[in-house]
Amino acid sequence: MDTVTLNAIWQDLSMMGPEIAQALLETALMLGLGLAAALLLGGPLGIVLYLTRPGQLFAHRGLHGVLGWLVNLVRSFPFIILMVSLVPLTRLIVGSTIGPVAASVPLAFAAIPYFARLVEQTLREIPRGVIEAAEAMGASPWQIIRKVLLGEARAGLISSLTILTISFLSYTAVAGVVGGGGIGDLAIRYGYYRFQTDVMVAMVLLLVIIVQVIQYIGNRLAHRLDKR
Amino acid sequence: MIHLQSLSKRFQRPEGGWFHAVDDTSLSIAQGEIFGLIGFSGAGKSTLLRLINLLERPDAGRVIVDGQDLTTLSARQLRQARQNIGMVFQQFNLLANRTVAQNVAFPLEIAGWQKADIAVRVGECLEVVHLTDRADHYPAQLSGGQKQRVGIARALASRPHVILADEPTSALDPKTTQSILSCLQEINQRFGVTVVIVTHEMGVVRSICHRAAVLDQGRVIEVMDVAAGQVDANTDLARSLLEVA
Ligand SMILES: Nc1ncnc2c1ncn2[C@@H]1O[C@H](COP(=O)(O)OP(=O)(O)OP(=O)(O)O)[C@@H](O)[C@H]1O
Ligand SMILES: [Mg+2]
Repeated sequence: MDTVTLNAIWQDLSMMGPEIAQALLETALMLGLGLAAALLLGGPLGIVLYLTRPGQLFAHRGLHGVLGWLVNLVRSFPFIILMVSLVPLTRLIVGSTIGPVAASVPLAFAAIPYFARLVEQTLREIPRGVIEAAEAMGASPWQIIRKVLLGEARAGLISSLTILTISFLSYTAVAGVVGGGGIGDLAIRYGYYRFQTDVMVAMVLLLVIIVQVIQYIGNRLAHRLDKR
Repeated sequence: MIHLQSLSKRFQRPEGGWFHAVDDTSLSIAQGEIFGLIGFSGAGKSTLLRLINLLERPDAGRVIVDGQDLTTLSARQLRQARQNIGMVFQQFNLLANRTVAQNVAFPLEIAGWQKADIAVRVGECLEVVHLTDRADHYPAQLSGGQKQRVGIARALASRPHVILADEPTSALDPKTTQSILSCLQEINQRFGVTVVIVTHEMGVVRSICHRAAVLDQGRVIEVMDVAAGQVDANTDLARSLLEVA
């Protein structure tokens, strides 16, 4: 590539500055809402899945089985199909099916069971004896959840959240194409429909950088919190 | 102090049927005593110990600690009663993400103590186990013996009347074992805490126990007196345990 083409690409991109900023914002919004739902609903669901396992504090074969089955059910839907089938629900909740807020409904739907499983798996790494020691001291279930489960698994939970965030960054691209906007949508619109490959490459590079940064921050945080 | 009355605990066998881990067993342990539970592997020692703080619920019988029948308590009352019974584990079971001081503080947080009181009490307990200089270390930075001393300080923190110890020295070398046993003995003598200790080594019984029950197939077959390091054994099984040691 000579300087002339590089210059042309730079011109293209800088003219699109506001549009890129807008796309970043939309991606952040979709991701933020989806992850918030995952944390607030998927987290507790994961804890319940863990606590109802055989041999755990609230072992309950029936409840564990039903919840596990539901989680698997939602997780087995290809995301694009989940999105389409949730259109009526999205319209009901958000009042529209277009835009980043609407797109975050199916994202949340996919993220909740995904994170629940990650949380359940992470909690399983805590030695049973440590929980038992807390029981022997007279800890209440709530104290055990807060101080033992969350306290001991905190590094693993941060790693899980990192995995979830990165997976769902690419899901936002899919959601974006079907009306959510965002960086993925921008890349497709310019790169695929208007043959402006340079824009697509730039957007993919941007995503690569974002993923690297998220992973870096996740690793650092998990490492700092892990005293095992 | 501790009265176990006709306790039974059975577990479902994977291949079907029931296994009687503790079988219609009674035992009384006096206040201020160091009481051993000894027997071969699978005899039911751990199960019997865990029945004392109801980590295992008996299928039949009563568990009376400090005059209170634990089997009749509500969940909340049982949690309250457990704050009066410390426990020490073979695998230490410390919280890996908490420092030594925070581990010892843990039972006090659970019991709802004030922050300032917790700090004072943690200091006292660490002094008893000679770990004051390790207060800010994490368990991963400690030796096995040090971890167990943290476990003992933690068991001691809420001023319990009873400490239950399940093979507290089985993961440790002989020299460290001795220091842990002395530590438990000191706590017993200084604070009058009743100690129940599970072991499969007669050496442990000899070195700190006042009395010890010999368990076999879920039953107490003999209660031995220990005086001046001499164990008075009458059954063949107890004698064979003496020979092993
Ligand atoms: N939760 C459980 N489920 C099924 N069986 C159990 C359970 N806990 C204990 N048992 C069985 O009960 C018997 C007594 O176990 P216990 O742990 O009390 O023995 P122990 O005397 O402490 O042995 P060890 O010296 O090996 O620790 C063993 O055969 C064990 O397999
Ligand atoms: Mg045992």
